[in-house]
Amino acid sequence: MKSDPGFYDYWPYENRPKIRWPGGKKMAFWVAPNIEFYELNPPANPSRKAWPQPYPATQGYSIRDYGNRVGHKRQMDLLDKYGIRGSISLSTALCDHHPEIIQMCKERNWEFFSHGIYNTRYTYGMSEQQERDMIKDSMETIYQHTGQKCGGYLAPALSHSELTLDLFAEVGTELFGNEGGIYTCDLFHDDQPTPIHTRSNKPFVSIPYSLEMNDTIAYVVNKIEPRRYGQMLKNNFDRLYAEGDESGTIMCIPTHNYQVSCPHRMKAFEEALDYITSHDDVWVTTGKEIAEYYLEHYYEQAKVDIAHKNAALIRSDK
Amino acid sequence: MALDKSYLEYAKRQYGMDHDRYDWSMLTDRPQVTWPSGKKLALWVNVPLQFFPLDQKGEPFKIQGGMTMPYPDLRHFSLRDYGNRVGIYRFLKAFDQYGVTPTFAMNTELAKRTPYLLNTIKERGNEVICHGMHMDALHFGGQDKQLESQLVQDSLNQLRDLTEQKVTGWLSPGRNESENTPELLAANGIEFCCDWVNDDMPYTFKTQQGNLWTMPLSNELDDAFIMLNNLHSEDSYADQIVDACDYLLKEANEQGGRILSLNIHPWMLGQPHRISALERVLEYVMSQDVWSASAGNILSAFKAQQNA
Repeated sequence: MKSDPGFYDYWPYENRPKIRWPGGKKMAFWVAPNIEFYELNPPANPSRKAWPQPYPATQGYSIRDYGNRVGHKRQMDLLDKYGIRGSISLSTALCDHHPEIIQMCKERNWEFFSHGIYNTRYTYGMSEQQERDMIKDSMETIYQHTGQKCGGYLAPALSHSELTLDLFAEVGTELFGNEGGIYTCDLFHDDQPTPIHTRSNKPFVSIPYSLEMNDTIAYVVNKIEPRRYGQMLKNNFDRLYAEGDESGTIMCIPTHNYQVSCPHRMKAFEEALDYITSHDDVWVTTGKEIAEYYLEHYYEQAKVDIAHKNAALIRSDK
Repeated sequence: MALDKSYLEYAKRQYGMDHDRYDWSMLTDRPQVTWPSGKKLALWVNVPLQFFPLDQKGEPFKIQGGMTMPYPDLRHFSLRDYGNRVGIYRFLKAFDQYGVTPTFAMNTELAKRTPYLLNTIKERGNEVICHGMHMDALHFGGQDKQLESQLVQDSLNQLRDLTEQKVTGWLSPGRNESENTPELLAANGIEFCCDWVNDDMPYTFKTQQGNLWTMPLSNELDDAFIMLNNLHSEDSYADQIVDACDYLLKEANEQGGRILSLNIHPWMLGQPHRISALERVLEYVMSQDVWSASAGNILSAFKAQQNA
């Protein structure tokens, strides 16, 4: 085990090279619906139980199924209304289980990125080859069902190994060259994209995905009231929008159809989307479009700046 | 280090669900429903009437609302009992004031222990569904099938005798089931079960003993889930129900009838400082385009519109 995963270097949130998004916009905004499949009776993992109750876990399983049966269409209609294309964090087995959902999102040109195969199959305990196989299966599945070269990764149920990011980048290269496997949503250390070190030294970035704005973290972990969640989204937006004057920022709302699409939560979510999209200086986009734009325009510059700031610090120590 | 190779095998990666209990179906793909008198929203107020034994075994887990302290946990025993002595009568007044038709999900053990309350409900003529034997008689995976079968039979037969009702609805204590519960319910004359929370409308649930219906009783809008589990305020509870009501009405106007289901516990909302939140909710909801009905009547109206 390591005391630090070593994915990125320290980089102060001041005096960074100035980012401007396409059209000169100062802020990028994306919504990342997690479209997940949880198994009723998954195989046991040695490190993590899928359900607190013995099989069948009626409550946990069925509320997640609610997301697909009831919630998905609600959120999709809302994103349509505000001109937002979702960037789907996908349990890729859903391509087989619920192809109707995949078709609807494909028709809307939403992005699909990998969230593993099932959200009840954890990375813990996998060999390097097993994790590589799982990641490859998920990326190939997306390609077969949507024709998209998967750009991003959010590990299933946020279960990681030390090699997760390396493997995702490498499998992306193997399948799609520099068009696939270019960004991760697994790290929460920054409000701007960050160059990430991987074994293969491929251009690869962390795109802010915000655990704090994640509806499941807000509603299930932090137990936030729906209207307060809506206010938090607006506050998060206001600050990042203002800071965009200095250098381009990113706001992400990660969602789950079994949380945000419940009837008592839709109003607060809609009010936040309405508020955010009513601002002019916002690039409403997808995770992969942000990653690609950043890699093309700011990635090299950022690496130089990071190296410079760390080198300066070391010199001043002497 | 590696996991067994079965961990990367996906036997049920196929169209539809990963089990054969019900078919995959998106809500928006189904025929539209209309409620009696052309109402848009059916209101199902479900009131669990519960007995939490002082000598709780907690097998296989302690349920929310149960004993938490070393024996004897007089605090929680009596606080839950408060609902059946005091809170429920505040509920009944509120229901009558706003013209609400409640459904009572009764532990059979409570029906045995509180003949006055049982008689009150019988005289009102409200529907009673079975909430299992009591709050420490859980149905759970790995449970002995014969024991569970006896538990289901006893709970239902005794409640039917006591209520003199057919009792066709079921809500498991803790909303937990074993792998056999649906078969046992179907074999014992249950028509609908309220445990699963994957839909906002009724749907067909398959068992080897014939089909059940699943009735959509929201856990996200349950008073104890919002105020005890999430620790939200009474005002927030009322806001959440009002927002849900508005949303479902809007959806009903576009997509056909919907159901607002409120699971409310007399030991929770029946407290003096919370009852006004319930009254605010009922006043608001009943002023909308709403049909207040029992679970069984809502299901009957729904079934009458399904193609055989």
